[in-house]
Amino acid sequence: MKTDALIALLAADAGPVPRHAATRRLAWGLALALPLSVALLLAAYGVRRDIGEAVGWPMFWVKLLFPACMALAAFVAVQRLARPGVRVGAAWLALAAPVVLVWALALVVWMGAPAGERAALLWGVSWRICAGSIVLMAAPVFIVAMGVLRSMAPTRPTLAGAAAGALAGGAGASVYALHCMELAAPFLAVWYVSGIALTALLGAALGPRLLRW
Amino acid sequence: MKRTTPGSTQPLLDAEAALHDLFVRGQAGDAAAYRDFLVRLGAHLRGFLGRRLFGWPDDVEDLVQECLIAMHNQRHTYQSDQPLTAWVHAIARYKMIDLLRAKGSREARHLPLDDDLEVFAESAIEASDARRDLGGLLAGLPDRHRLPIVHVKLEGLSIAETARKTGMSESAVKVGIHRGLKALMLKIKDDR
Repeated sequence: MKTDALIALLAADAGPVPRHAATRRLAWGLALALPLSVALLLAAYGVRRDIGEAVGWPMFWVKLLFPACMALAAFVAVQRLARPGVRVGAAWLALAAPVVLVWALALVVWMGAPAGERAALLWGVSWRICAGSIVLMAAPVFIVAMGVLRSMAPTRPTLAGAAAGALAGGAGASVYALHCMELAAPFLAVWYVSGIALTALLGAALGPRLLRW
Repeated sequence: MKRTTPGSTQPLLDAEAALHDLFVRGQAGDAAAYRDFLVRLGAHLRGFLGRRLFGWPDDVEDLVQECLIAMHNQRHTYQSDQPLTAWVHAIARYKMIDLLRAKGSREARHLPLDDDLEVFAESAIEASDARRDLGGLLAGLPDRHRLPIVHVKLEGLSIAETARKTGMSESAVKVGIHRGLKALMLKIKDDR
């Protein structure tokens, strides 16, 4: 086909398109996926019984909010990576900051604890299921975020996939925190971060395959 | 086909202002402005991609069309707080890398049609020697393979010119180069 003919064809299709499509689709997707993730938690694990008391403990909120902050930063990164020619910029920094903070907190707690108690701070009672559960809780958001990216135009599919994974992992970890009994910072620094990183790696691995356009 | 001035002669800022204005009007439903936008975008892309793909002139127009379609289909991913040329170039680069990657895997299976082939990669001073050695090997090839290689690869004629000169069709010239180079490489390997 001649390029002129193609242009005539495309020009016939002029007209308004949705504005801020990436942000809106992602926001709608999250509004849909988060309740699903909570439903998954209720069905598979249930909320911790002492949740009424737990909301009064600072560490409960650290556990809930540090992944939520990561999800927020990843949200910004995803909606930027979904659009060609937009820099991610400070969103990477915002994504790393909660990890650095929780690691700093973990180090302080670790150094201050007697040697005999350190193992318990790191392994807790549920390290075996923690990261895997976070990935499971992340699944609804992961699927939605990848779906939104597929409807957009990510030119860096590995990074876009990783950001979608971080978004899902952060959201999944926040949801899982409603069930999880652990409160030690070293546990969070290792196992929560692992769960989120695992989801991000999954996204990075699937990105080039799923996000071609 | 009518060729408009490639974007390379225009400062980027002019391209940005002109494209952005027409694009915004097109988004508002002005079909004439959108058509004008696409024509200018096509010219801009022809320059942008032509400069980067000068080894494959045949692919440039295909890629221009592919980019136009992609940009049309993905125009909801542009947000007006961002330079339009940044958006355009990011998509063009993405599509170009896609093409090069596809080419790469195709040619890894066959043989490169391009100047990175080692027999043609000598410097200009060594070229005469290399050609003389090659002459003997080339002479062993059938005309339908030999002539396209001599004209296109050694004399630098275009595919179309070679087709006219030899009376072969353009696709026969391309096939001839491809098969001929393959046969040549086998001969070179045996020669060593």
